[in-house]
Amino acid sequence: MSSRRNAFVGLAWLAPTLAFVGLFVMWPMVHLIWLSFTSTSLLTGKGEWVGLDNFATAVSDPRFWAAFRFTLLYTAIITPILMVLGFALALLVAPNTPLRRLTRTVVFLPVVIGLASSSLLWFWLFDQQVGLFNRILVDAGLLSEPMVWFRKAETGLAAVIISVTWKVVGFGMILIMAGIQSIGTDLFEAARIDGASAWLRVRRIILPLAARSIGMATVISIIGSMLAFDQFYLMTGGGPRGKTFTSVYWIYQSGFVRFDLGYSAALSVILMLVIMAMTVVQLRLQAMRRRP
Amino acid sequence: MSTATLDLPPHGLGRRARGWLVAALCIAVIALMLLPLVMSVLASLRPLAETSQVPPTYLPSELSLENYRKVAAYQQGIWVYVRNSAVVAAMTIVLCVALAVPAGYAFARFPVPGKELWFVLILSSMMIPYQALIVPLYLMFSRLGLTASPLGLAILHTMLQLPFSVYLMRNSFEAVPRELEEAARVDGASTAFQLRRVFIPLAAPGIVTVALFAFITSWNEFIGALILMNSESAFTVPIMLTGVVSGDFGSVDWGALQASVVISMLPCLLVYLALQKYYVSGLLSGAVK
Repeated sequence: MSSRRNAFVGLAWLAPTLAFVGLFVMWPMVHLIWLSFTSTSLLTGKGEWVGLDNFATAVSDPRFWAAFRFTLLYTAIITPILMVLGFALALLVAPNTPLRRLTRTVVFLPVVIGLASSSLLWFWLFDQQVGLFNRILVDAGLLSEPMVWFRKAETGLAAVIISVTWKVVGFGMILIMAGIQSIGTDLFEAARIDGASAWLRVRRIILPLAARSIGMATVISIIGSMLAFDQFYLMTGGGPRGKTFTSVYWIYQSGFVRFDLGYSAALSVILMLVIMAMTVVQLRLQAMRRRP
Repeated sequence: MSTATLDLPPHGLGRRARGWLVAALCIAVIALMLLPLVMSVLASLRPLAETSQVPPTYLPSELSLENYRKVAAYQQGIWVYVRNSAVVAAMTIVLCVALAVPAGYAFARFPVPGKELWFVLILSSMMIPYQALIVPLYLMFSRLGLTASPLGLAILHTMLQLPFSVYLMRNSFEAVPRELEEAARVDGASTAFQLRRVFIPLAAPGIVTVALFAFITSWNEFIGALILMNSESAFTVPIMLTGVVSGDFGSVDWGALQASVVISMLPCLLVYLALQKYYVSGLLSGAVK
Protein backbone atom coordinates (compact mmCIF):
# COMPACT_ATOMS: atom_id res chain seq x y z
CA MET A 1 0.00 0.00 0.00
CA SER A 2 1.34 3.41 -0.84
CA SER A 3 1.73 5.85 1.99
CA ARG A 4 -0.50 8.28 0.14
CA ARG A 5 -3.34 5.79 0.15
CA ASN A 6 -2.59 5.11 3.80
CA ALA A 7 -2.94 8.81 4.56
CA PHE A 8 -6.40 8.82 2.95
CA VAL A 9 -7.48 5.72 4.84
CA GLY A 10 -6.27 7.24 8.10
CA LEU A 11 -8.05 10.50 7.42
CA ALA A 12 -11.24 8.56 6.76
CA TRP A 13 -10.96 6.82 10.14
CA LEU A 14 -10.36 10.17 11.79
CA ALA A 15 -13.00 12.19 9.94
CA PRO A 16 -16.04 11.39 12.17
CA THR A 17 -14.22 12.54 15.32
CA LEU A 18 -12.94 15.71 13.66
CA ALA A 19 -16.43 16.47 12.36
CA PHE A 20 -17.87 15.90 15.83
CA VAL A 21 -15.34 18.18 17.54
CA GLY A 22 -15.79 20.83 14.86
CA LEU A 23 -19.57 20.75 15.02
CA PHE A 24 -20.12 20.42 18.77
CA VAL A 25 -17.05 22.12 20.28
CA MET A 26 -15.39 24.54 17.86
CA TRP A 27 -18.50 25.92 16.22
CA PRO A 28 -20.34 26.50 19.54
CA MET A 29 -17.24 28.26 20.83
CA VAL A 30 -17.27 30.66 17.87
CA HIS A 31 -21.04 31.08 18.29
CA LEU A 32 -20.56 31.76 22.03
CA ILE A 33 -18.09 34.56 21.31
CA TRP A 34 -20.47 36.04 18.76
CA LEU A 35 -23.43 35.79 21.18
CA SER A 36 -21.44 37.61 23.85
CA PHE A 37 -21.53 40.72 21.63
CA THR A 38 -25.32 40.56 21.22
CA SER A 39 -28.44 41.07 23.32
CA THR A 40 -29.91 37.66 22.43
CA SER A 41 -32.85 36.62 24.63
CA LEU A 42 -33.76 33.07 25.48
CA LEU A 43 -37.44 33.81 24.94
CA THR A 44 -37.26 35.17 21.39
CA GLY A 45 -33.91 33.73 20.32
CA LYS A 46 -33.25 37.09 18.68
CA GLY A 47 -30.96 39.96 19.55
CA GLU A 48 -28.91 42.83 18.25
CA TRP A 49 -25.22 43.55 18.08
CA VAL A 50 -24.35 45.50 21.23
CA GLY A 51 -20.56 45.49 21.01
CA LEU A 52 -18.85 45.28 24.37
CA ASP A 53 -21.97 46.23 26.36
CA ASN A 54 -22.33 42.82 28.00
CA PHE A 55 -18.73 42.88 29.17
CA ALA A 56 -19.16 46.43 30.47
CA THR A 57 -22.27 45.28 32.34
CA ALA A 58 -20.32 42.35 33.81
CA VAL A 59 -17.51 44.57 35.06
CA SER A 60 -19.97 46.90 36.82
CA ASP A 61 -22.34 44.14 37.99
CA PRO A 62 -21.86 43.66 41.76
CA ARG A 63 -23.65 40.30 41.62
CA PHE A 64 -21.16 39.01 39.04
CA TRP A 65 -18.25 40.06 41.26
CA ALA A 66 -19.96 38.64 44.34
CA ALA A 67 -20.39 35.29 42.56
CA PHE A 68 -16.79 35.37 41.35
CA ARG A 69 -15.47 36.24 44.81
CA PHE A 70 -17.60 33.55 46.41
CA THR A 71 -16.27 30.98 43.92
CA LEU A 72 -12.70 32.03 44.75
CA LEU A 73 -13.46 31.80 48.47
CA TYR A 74 -14.93 28.31 48.05
CA THR A 75 -11.89 27.25 46.00
CA ALA A 76 -9.43 28.80 48.46
CA ILE A 77 -10.99 26.93 51.38
CA ILE A 78 -11.68 23.54 49.86
CA THR A 79 -8.45 23.09 47.90
CA PRO A 80 -6.05 22.98 50.88
CA ILE A 81 -8.48 20.75 52.77
CA LEU A 82 -8.66 18.31 49.86
CA MET A 83 -4.91 18.30 49.29
CA VAL A 84 -3.87 17.89 52.93
CA LEU A 85 -6.41 15.11 53.51
CA GLY A 86 -5.62 13.56 50.13
CA PHE A 87 -1.91 13.53 50.93
CA ALA A 88 -2.46 12.11 54.43
CA LEU A 89 -4.72 9.38 53.03
CA ALA A 90 -2.22 8.65 50.25
CA LEU A 91 0.54 8.18 52.84
CA LEU A 92 -1.72 5.86 54.79
CA VAL A 93 -2.80 3.64 51.91
CA ALA A 94 0.22 3.69 49.56
CA PRO A 95 1.80 0.37 50.71
CA ASN A 96 0.11 -2.67 49.21
CA THR A 97 -1.60 -4.56 52.03
CA PRO A 98 -5.15 -5.98 51.96
CA LEU A 99 -6.51 -3.57 54.59
CA ARG A 100 -4.97 -0.57 52.84
CA ARG A 101 -6.34 -1.68 49.46
CA LEU A 102 -9.79 -1.96 51.03
CA THR A 103 -9.40 1.53 52.50
CA ARG A 104 -8.50 2.88 49.04
CA THR A 105 -11.56 1.27 47.50
CA VAL A 106 -13.88 2.66 50.17
CA VAL A 107 -12.44 6.19 50.13
CA PHE A 108 -12.82 6.20 46.36
CA LEU A 109 -16.47 4.99 46.40
CA PRO A 110 -18.06 8.47 46.65
CA VAL A 111 -15.96 9.69 43.68
CA VAL A 112 -18.00 7.56 41.28
CA ILE A 113 -21.44 8.60 42.49
CA GLY A 114 -23.04 11.75 41.11
CA LEU A 115 -22.54 15.14 42.69
CA ALA A 116 -26.32 15.53 42.61
CA SER A 117 -26.79 12.29 44.57
CA SER A 118 -24.15 13.15 47.17
CA SER A 119 -25.40 16.73 47.52
CA LEU A 120 -28.94 15.56 48.24
CA LEU A 121 -27.70 12.81 50.54
CA TRP A 122 -25.91 15.48 52.60
CA PHE A 123 -28.79 17.92 52.27
CA TRP A 124 -30.78 15.36 54.25
CA LEU A 125 -27.96 14.67 56.75
CA PHE A 126 -27.68 18.42 57.46
CA ASP A 127 -31.42 19.00 57.85
CA GLN A 128 -32.22 20.60 61.20
CA GLN A 129 -35.19 18.32 61.81
CA VAL A 130 -34.62 14.91 60.25
CA GLY A 131 -30.86 15.07 59.56
CA LEU A 132 -28.68 12.47 61.21
CA PHE A 133 -25.49 14.57 61.00
CA ASN A 134 -27.11 17.08 63.34
CA ARG A 135 -28.28 14.26 65.60
CA ILE A 136 -24.73 12.88 65.79
CA LEU A 137 -23.30 16.31 66.62
CA VAL A 138 -25.93 16.82 69.33
CA ASP A 139 -25.41 13.33 70.79
CA ALA A 140 -21.65 13.87 70.80
CA GLY A 141 -22.20 17.09 72.75
CA LEU A 142 -20.76 19.28 69.99
CA LEU A 143 -24.03 21.15 69.49
CA SER A 144 -26.64 21.90 72.12
CA GLU A 145 -29.44 21.69 69.57
CA PRO A 146 -29.69 20.87 65.84
CA MET A 147 -28.32 23.64 63.66
CA VAL A 148 -30.03 25.25 60.66
CA TRP A 149 -27.03 24.95 58.36
CA PHE A 150 -28.52 26.66 55.33
CA ARG A 151 -29.85 29.78 57.07
CA LYS A 152 -26.48 31.53 56.98
CA ALA A 153 -24.10 31.70 54.02
CA GLU A 154 -21.10 30.74 56.20
CA THR A 155 -22.61 27.56 57.62
CA GLY A 156 -24.19 26.74 54.26
CA LEU A 157 -20.74 26.97 52.69
CA ALA A 158 -19.31 24.81 55.49
CA ALA A 159 -21.98 22.17 54.84
CA VAL A 160 -21.22 22.15 51.11
CA ILE A 161 -17.49 21.87 51.81
CA ILE A 162 -17.98 18.94 54.19
CA SER A 163 -20.13 17.10 51.66
CA VAL A 164 -17.84 17.78 48.68
CA THR A 165 -14.77 16.80 50.71
CA TRP A 166 -16.36 13.45 51.46
CA LYS A 167 -17.30 13.08 47.80
CA VAL A 168 -13.98 13.91 46.11
CA VAL A 169 -11.15 13.40 48.63
CA GLY A 170 -10.48 9.96 47.11
CA PHE A 171 -9.58 11.53 43.78
CA GLY A 172 -6.60 13.48 45.16
CA MET A 173 -5.67 10.45 47.24
CA ILE A 174 -5.38 8.18 44.19
CA LEU A 175 -3.35 10.70 42.15
CA ILE A 176 -0.94 11.46 45.01
CA MET A 177 -0.70 7.79 45.93
CA ALA A 178 0.41 6.98 42.39
CA GLY A 179 3.08 9.67 42.78
CA ILE A 180 4.28 8.17 46.07
CA GLN A 181 4.30 4.63 44.68
CA SER A 182 6.52 5.67 41.79
CA ILE A 183 9.29 6.61 44.26
CA GLY A 184 11.85 3.81 44.32
CA THR A 185 11.99 1.75 47.52
CA ASP A 186 15.78 1.96 47.62
CA LEU A 187 15.50 5.63 48.57
CA PHE A 188 13.37 4.70 51.58
CA GLU A 189 15.75 1.93 52.54
CA ALA A 190 18.70 4.28 52.39
CA ALA A 191 16.90 6.84 54.52
CA ARG A 192 15.83 4.18 56.98
CA ILE A 193 19.37 2.86 57.34
CA ASP A 194 20.55 6.42 57.90
CA GLY A 195 18.09 6.50 60.78
CA ALA A 196 15.79 9.15 59.34
CA SER A 197 12.55 9.47 61.33
CA ALA A 198 9.20 8.86 59.66
CA TRP A 199 8.47 12.60 59.69
CA LEU A 200 11.83 13.38 58.10
CA ARG A 201 11.24 10.75 55.41
CA VAL A 202 7.84 12.28 54.60
CA ARG A 203 9.23 15.79 54.46
CA ARG A 204 12.54 15.18 52.72
CA ILE A 205 11.72 12.30 50.37
CA ILE A 206 8.01 11.83 49.78
CA LEU A 207 6.92 15.45 49.68
CA PRO A 208 9.55 16.64 47.17
CA LEU A 209 9.25 13.56 44.93
CA ALA A 210 5.44 13.52 44.98
CA ALA A 211 5.34 17.30 44.52
CA ARG A 212 4.37 17.05 40.85
CA SER A 213 1.46 14.74 41.42
CA ILE A 214 0.33 16.94 44.31
CA GLY A 215 0.66 19.97 42.02
CA MET A 216 -1.44 18.26 39.36
CA ALA A 217 -4.10 17.14 41.82
CA THR A 218 -4.18 20.72 43.11
CA VAL A 219 -4.73 22.25 39.67
CA ILE A 220 -7.40 19.69 38.72
CA SER A 221 -9.18 20.33 41.98
CA ILE A 222 -8.94 24.12 41.59
CA ILE A 223 -10.45 23.91 38.11
CA GLY A 224 -13.24 21.67 39.41
CA SER A 225 -13.99 24.06 42.28
CA MET A 226 -13.99 27.11 40.00
CA LEU A 227 -16.70 25.38 37.96
CA ALA A 228 -18.83 24.44 41.00
CA PHE A 229 -22.55 24.43 40.35
CA ASP A 230 -24.45 21.23 41.22
CA GLN A 231 -23.62 21.25 44.94
CA PHE A 232 -24.76 24.86 45.45
CA TYR A 233 -27.79 24.58 43.17
CA LEU A 234 -29.00 21.59 45.16
CA MET A 235 -27.88 22.41 48.71
CA THR A 236 -28.11 26.18 49.12
CA GLY A 237 -30.05 27.21 46.00
CA GLY A 238 -27.73 30.22 45.87
CA GLY A 239 -29.23 31.47 49.13
CA PRO A 240 -29.59 33.00 51.59
CA ARG A 241 -30.24 36.21 49.62
CA GLY A 242 -28.06 35.18 46.68
CA LYS A 243 -24.92 34.97 48.83
CA THR A 244 -23.86 31.53 47.63
CA PHE A 245 -24.10 31.96 43.87
CA THR A 246 -20.99 30.64 42.11
CA SER A 247 -19.74 31.83 38.72
CA VAL A 248 -21.35 28.98 36.81
CA TYR A 249 -24.52 29.39 38.86
CA TRP A 250 -24.65 33.06 37.88
CA ILE A 251 -24.17 32.12 34.21
CA TYR A 252 -27.07 29.66 34.53
CA GLN A 253 -29.18 32.23 36.37
CA SER A 254 -28.51 34.97 33.79
CA GLY A 255 -29.19 32.79 30.78
CA PHE A 256 -31.89 30.39 31.83
CA VAL A 257 -33.73 32.11 34.69
CA ARG A 258 -33.39 35.74 33.56
CA PHE A 259 -33.37 34.76 29.85
CA ASP A 260 -30.45 37.08 29.00
CA LEU A 261 -28.40 34.74 26.80
CA GLY A 262 -26.14 37.50 25.50
CA TYR A 263 -25.03 38.47 29.00
CA SER A 264 -24.75 34.81 29.99
CA ALA A 265 -22.50 34.26 26.93
CA ALA A 266 -20.25 37.16 27.92
CA LEU A 267 -19.86 35.68 31.42
CA SER A 268 -19.13 32.30 29.83
CA VAL A 269 -16.38 33.84 27.69
CA ILE A 270 -14.77 35.32 30.82
CA LEU A 271 -15.03 31.98 32.63
CA MET A 272 -13.59 30.16 29.61
CA LEU A 273 -10.54 32.46 29.57
CA VAL A 274 -9.93 31.95 33.31
CA ILE A 275 -10.20 28.16 33.02
CA MET A 276 -8.03 28.02 29.90
CA ALA A 277 -5.29 29.92 31.70
CA MET A 278 -5.47 27.39 34.53
CA THR A 279 -5.38 24.47 32.11
CA VAL A 280 -2.18 25.86 30.61
CA VAL A 281 -0.67 25.65 34.11
CA GLN A 282 -1.90 22.06 34.38
CA LEU A 283 -0.37 21.11 31.02
CA ARG A 284 2.93 22.69 32.06
CA LEU A 285 2.94 20.52 35.18
CA GLN A 286 2.19 17.45 33.10
CA ALA A 287 5.02 18.27 30.70
CA MET A 288 7.37 18.60 33.68
CA ARG A 289 6.21 15.24 34.92
CA ARG A 290 6.86 13.49 31.64
CA ARG A 291 10.53 14.44 31.72
CA PRO A 292 12.74 11.95 33.57
CA MET B 1 14.46 -7.53 57.89
CA SER B 2 17.88 -8.54 59.13
CA THR B 3 18.58 -5.01 60.26
CA ALA B 4 15.57 -4.89 62.56
CA THR B 5 17.14 -2.50 65.04
CA LEU B 6 18.00 -0.07 62.28
CA ASP B 7 14.42 -0.22 61.03
CA LEU B 8 13.19 1.50 64.16
CA PRO B 9 13.14 5.24 63.77
CA PRO B 10 15.06 6.83 66.64
CA HIS B 11 12.17 8.68 68.20
CA GLY B 12 9.14 7.03 66.59
CA LEU B 13 6.92 4.14 67.51
CA GLY B 14 7.97 0.52 67.38
CA ARG B 15 7.15 -1.47 64.27
CA ARG B 16 4.34 -3.45 65.91
CA ALA B 17 2.74 -0.42 67.48
CA ARG B 18 2.87 1.34 64.15
CA GLY B 19 1.14 -1.60 62.48
CA TRP B 20 -1.72 -1.37 64.97
CA LEU B 21 -1.95 2.38 64.53
CA VAL B 22 -2.18 2.01 60.75
CA ALA B 23 -4.88 -0.65 61.10
CA ALA B 24 -6.87 1.54 63.50
CA LEU B 25 -6.58 4.54 61.18
CA CYS B 26 -7.66 2.50 58.17
CA ILE B 27 -10.71 1.18 59.99
CA ALA B 28 -11.62 4.66 61.24
CA VAL B 29 -11.34 6.05 57.69
CA ILE B 30 -13.44 3.21 56.28
CA ALA B 31 -16.12 3.76 58.93
CA LEU B 32 -16.21 7.51 58.36
CA MET B 33 -16.47 7.20 54.58
CA LEU B 34 -19.09 4.46 54.67
CA LEU B 35 -21.26 6.08 57.33
CA PRO B 36 -23.19 8.48 55.04
CA LEU B 37 -23.82 5.70 52.51
CA VAL B 38 -25.00 3.25 55.16
CA MET B 39 -27.21 5.86 56.84
CA SER B 40 -28.73 6.73 53.48
CA VAL B 41 -29.53 3.11 52.64
CA LEU B 42 -30.97 2.47 56.11
CA ALA B 43 -33.05 5.65 55.96
CA SER B 44 -34.49 4.61 52.61
CA LEU B 45 -35.66 1.35 54.20
CA ARG B 46 -37.63 3.00 57.02
CA PRO B 47 -41.36 2.55 57.22
CA LEU B 48 -43.27 5.64 56.00
CA ALA B 49 -44.26 6.68 59.53
CA GLU B 50 -40.60 7.04 60.54
CA THR B 51 -39.27 8.98 57.57
CA SER B 52 -40.09 12.42 58.96
CA GLN B 53 -39.66 11.66 62.63
CA VAL B 54 -38.07 14.45 64.73
CA PRO B 55 -35.50 13.82 66.09
CA PRO B 56 -34.54 11.09 63.64
CA THR B 57 -33.72 7.57 64.78
CA TYR B 58 -30.40 6.01 63.79
CA LEU B 59 -31.87 2.65 62.85
CA PRO B 60 -35.24 1.86 61.34
CA SER B 61 -37.54 -0.01 63.74
CA GLU B 62 -38.26 -2.41 60.92
CA LEU B 63 -37.15 -2.64 57.30
CA SER B 64 -39.73 -1.67 54.72
CA LEU B 65 -39.85 -1.01 50.99
CA GLU B 66 -42.64 1.56 51.27
CA ASN B 67 -40.39 4.45 50.22
CA TYR B 68 -39.35 2.55 47.10
CA ARG B 69 -42.98 1.82 46.28
CA LYS B 70 -43.68 5.51 46.67
CA VAL B 71 -40.94 6.67 44.29
CA ALA B 72 -41.96 3.98 41.85
CA ALA B 73 -45.14 6.03 41.48
CA TYR B 74 -43.46 9.44 41.73
CA GLN B 75 -44.69 11.70 38.89
CA GLN B 76 -44.13 9.60 35.77
CA GLY B 77 -42.70 6.78 37.91
CA ILE B 78 -39.01 6.55 38.72
CA TRP B 79 -38.42 3.80 36.17
CA VAL B 80 -39.15 6.27 33.38
CA TYR B 81 -36.28 8.45 34.62
CA VAL B 82 -34.00 5.48 35.18
CA ARG B 83 -34.75 4.35 31.64
CA ASN B 84 -34.05 7.86 30.28
CA SER B 85 -30.70 7.92 32.08
CA ALA B 86 -29.87 4.42 30.85
CA VAL B 87 -30.74 5.30 27.24
CA VAL B 88 -28.62 8.47 27.33
CA ALA B 89 -25.72 6.56 28.94
CA ALA B 90 -25.97 3.75 26.36
CA MET B 91 -25.97 6.26 23.49
CA THR B 92 -22.98 8.05 25.05
CA ILE B 93 -21.06 4.77 25.31
CA VAL B 94 -21.85 3.87 21.69
CA LEU B 95 -20.89 7.33 20.41
CA CYS B 96 -17.65 7.47 22.42
CA VAL B 97 -16.53 4.01 21.32
CA ALA B 98 -17.68 4.45 17.70
CA LEU B 99 -15.74 7.72 17.40
CA ALA B 100 -12.69 7.03 19.57
CA VAL B 101 -11.81 3.55 18.25
CA PRO B 102 -11.32 4.55 14.59
CA ALA B 103 -9.75 7.87 15.61
CA GLY B 104 -7.31 6.15 17.97
CA TYR B 105 -6.49 3.64 15.22
CA ALA B 106 -5.78 6.44 12.75
CA PHE B 107 -3.56 8.28 15.24
CA ALA B 108 -1.68 5.12 16.20
CA ARG B 109 -1.04 3.64 12.75
CA PHE B 110 -1.62 6.00 9.80
CA PRO B 111 0.53 8.78 8.33
CA VAL B 112 -2.35 11.28 8.42
CA PRO B 113 -1.20 14.74 7.30
CA GLY B 114 -1.17 17.21 10.21
CA LYS B 115 -1.70 14.33 12.63
CA GLU B 116 -0.23 15.87 15.77
CA LEU B 117 -2.08 19.10 15.09
CA TRP B 118 -5.42 17.26 14.92
CA PHE B 119 -4.53 15.38 18.09
CA VAL B 120 -3.76 18.58 19.98
CA LEU B 121 -6.96 20.12 18.62
CA ILE B 122 -9.04 17.24 19.98
CA LEU B 123 -7.29 17.25 23.35
CA SER B 124 -7.46 21.01 23.64
CA SER B 125 -11.24 20.87 23.64
CA MET B 126 -10.73 19.63 27.21
CA MET B 127 -9.54 23.13 28.05
CA ILE B 128 -12.94 24.58 27.28
CA PRO B 129 -15.31 24.20 30.23
CA TYR B 130 -18.47 22.68 28.77
CA GLN B 131 -20.53 24.78 31.17
CA ALA B 132 -19.50 27.76 29.04
CA LEU B 133 -20.69 26.09 25.82
CA ILE B 134 -24.15 25.24 27.07
CA VAL B 135 -25.71 28.51 25.87
CA PRO B 136 -24.77 28.04 22.16
CA LEU B 137 -25.40 24.30 22.35
CA TYR B 138 -28.87 24.94 23.75
CA LEU B 139 -29.64 27.26 20.82
CA MET B 140 -28.26 24.77 18.30
CA PHE B 141 -30.12 21.84 19.83
CA SER B 142 -33.43 23.68 20.00
CA ARG B 143 -33.10 24.44 16.28
CA LEU B 144 -32.29 20.78 15.54
CA GLY B 145 -35.05 19.44 17.82
CA LEU B 146 -32.46 17.89 20.11
CA THR B 147 -33.66 19.41 23.38
CA ALA B 148 -35.60 17.02 25.62
CA SER B 149 -34.07 14.29 23.45
CA PRO B 150 -31.77 11.53 24.70
CA LEU B 151 -29.62 11.91 21.59
CA GLY B 152 -29.00 15.61 22.28
CA LEU B 153 -27.88 14.96 25.85
CA ALA B 154 -25.79 11.98 24.70
CA ILE B 155 -24.01 14.27 22.23
CA LEU B 156 -23.18 16.66 25.07
CA HIS B 157 -21.90 13.81 27.25
CA THR B 158 -19.86 12.42 24.34
CA MET B 159 -18.33 15.84 23.89
CA LEU B 160 -17.20 15.69 27.55
CA GLN B 161 -15.62 12.25 27.25
CA LEU B 162 -14.29 12.25 23.70
CA PRO B 163 -10.83 13.82 24.23
CA PHE B 164 -10.02 11.34 27.02
CA SER B 165 -11.43 8.45 24.95
CA VAL B 166 -9.40 9.30 21.84
CA TYR B 167 -6.27 9.75 23.93
CA LEU B 168 -6.77 6.39 25.63
CA MET B 169 -7.51 4.53 22.38
CA ARG B 170 -4.45 5.99 20.69
CA ASN B 171 -2.29 4.72 23.56
CA SER B 172 -3.99 1.32 23.56
CA PHE B 173 -3.49 0.84 19.81
CA GLU B 174 0.09 2.08 19.91
CA ALA B 175 0.82 -0.66 22.44
CA VAL B 176 -0.23 -3.38 19.94
CA PRO B 177 2.92 -5.14 18.64
CA ARG B 178 3.68 -4.28 15.00
CA GLU B 179 4.55 -7.91 14.15
CA LEU B 180 0.94 -8.96 14.61
CA GLU B 181 -0.50 -6.52 12.10
CA GLU B 182 2.33 -7.22 9.67
CA ALA B 183 1.39 -10.89 9.72
CA ALA B 184 -2.20 -9.92 8.94
CA ARG B 185 -1.06 -7.55 6.18
CA VAL B 186 1.01 -10.23 4.49
CA ASP B 187 -2.15 -12.33 4.41
CA GLY B 188 -3.73 -9.47 2.46
CA ALA B 189 -6.19 -8.39 5.16
CA SER B 190 -7.83 -4.98 4.74
CA THR B 191 -7.27 -2.24 7.34
CA ALA B 192 -10.83 -2.68 8.57
CA PHE B 193 -10.20 -6.39 8.98
CA GLN B 194 -6.97 -5.73 10.86
CA LEU B 195 -8.78 -3.31 13.15
CA ARG B 196 -11.50 -5.84 13.89
CA ARG B 197 -9.40 -8.97 14.21
CA VAL B 198 -6.06 -7.71 15.53
CA PHE B 199 -6.42 -4.34 17.17
CA ILE B 200 -9.80 -4.39 18.87
CA PRO B 201 -9.27 -7.71 20.69
CA LEU B 202 -5.86 -6.59 21.93
CA ALA B 203 -7.07 -3.13 22.95
CA ALA B 204 -10.21 -4.44 24.66
CA PRO B 205 -9.19 -3.19 28.15
CA GLY B 206 -8.91 0.34 26.72
CA ILE B 207 -12.37 0.05 25.17
CA VAL B 208 -13.82 -1.15 28.48
CA THR B 209 -12.26 1.87 30.21
CA VAL B 210 -13.71 4.25 27.59
CA ALA B 211 -17.17 2.71 28.03
CA LEU B 212 -16.91 2.75 31.82
CA PHE B 213 -16.01 6.45 32.00
CA ALA B 214 -18.69 7.29 29.43
CA PHE B 215 -21.27 5.52 31.58
CA ILE B 216 -20.28 7.17 34.87
CA THR B 217 -20.03 10.66 33.34
CA SER B 218 -23.32 10.35 31.55
CA TRP B 219 -25.25 8.82 34.45
CA ASN B 220 -24.12 11.59 36.83
CA GLU B 221 -23.95 14.70 34.62
CA PHE B 222 -26.18 17.47 35.96
CA ILE B 223 -26.16 20.98 34.48
CA GLY B 224 -26.44 19.88 30.84
CA ALA B 225 -29.35 17.60 31.65
CA LEU B 226 -30.96 20.36 33.72
CA ILE B 227 -30.92 22.76 30.77
CA LEU B 228 -31.44 20.45 27.79
CA MET B 229 -34.00 18.01 29.22
CA ASN B 230 -36.64 20.68 29.68
CA SER B 231 -39.69 18.46 29.66
CA GLU B 232 -40.66 16.21 32.51
CA SER B 233 -40.94 13.00 30.54
CA ALA B 234 -37.33 13.45 29.39
CA PHE B 235 -35.80 14.01 32.85
CA THR B 236 -32.78 11.92 33.76
CA VAL B 237 -32.34 10.63 37.32
CA PRO B 238 -30.29 13.58 38.67
CA ILE B 239 -32.93 16.03 37.41
CA MET B 240 -35.74 13.96 38.88
CA LEU B 241 -33.92 14.25 42.23
CA THR B 242 -34.26 18.05 42.16
CA GLY B 243 -38.01 17.57 41.78
CA VAL B 244 -38.19 15.26 44.78
CA VAL B 245 -36.24 17.67 46.96
CA SER B 246 -38.23 20.75 46.01
CA GLY B 247 -41.32 18.73 46.90
CA ASP B 248 -44.65 18.57 45.15
CA PHE B 249 -46.47 20.10 48.10
CA GLY B 250 -43.87 22.57 49.29
CA SER B 251 -42.24 20.24 51.79
CA VAL B 252 -39.56 17.63 51.19
CA ASP B 253 -40.64 13.98 51.15
CA TRP B 254 -37.55 12.62 52.90
CA GLY B 255 -38.38 8.96 52.44
CA ALA B 256 -38.87 9.36 48.71
CA LEU B 257 -35.68 11.41 48.52
CA GLN B 258 -33.65 8.71 50.29
CA ALA B 259 -34.98 5.96 48.09
CA SER B 260 -34.30 7.89 44.89
CA VAL B 261 -30.80 8.90 46.06
CA VAL B 262 -30.02 5.22 46.68
CA ILE B 263 -31.39 4.26 43.25
CA SER B 264 -29.28 7.00 41.63
CA MET B 265 -26.06 5.86 43.36
CA LEU B 266 -26.39 2.12 43.03
CA PRO B 267 -25.51 1.58 39.32
CA CYS B 268 -22.29 3.62 39.63
CA LEU B 269 -21.20 1.88 42.81
CA LEU B 270 -21.82 -1.58 41.35
CA VAL B 271 -20.11 -0.81 38.05
CA TYR B 272 -17.13 0.69 39.88
CA LEU B 273 -16.77 -2.28 42.24
CA ALA B 274 -16.96 -4.68 39.30
CA LEU B 275 -14.51 -2.78 37.08
CA GLN B 276 -12.34 -0.99 39.64
CA LYS B 277 -9.08 -1.96 37.93
CA TYR B 278 -10.11 -0.27 34.68
CA TYR B 279 -11.41 2.79 36.47
CA VAL B 280 -8.27 3.52 38.46
CA SER B 281 -5.88 2.85 35.58
CA GLY B 282 -8.00 5.03 33.30
CA LEU B 283 -8.08 7.81 35.85
CA LEU B 284 -4.31 7.74 36.28
CA SER B 285 -3.55 7.62 32.56
CA GLY B 286 -6.00 10.45 31.97
CA ALA B 287 -4.49 12.69 34.62
CA VAL B 288 -0.88 11.74 34.12
CA LYS B 289 -0.68 11.81 30.33
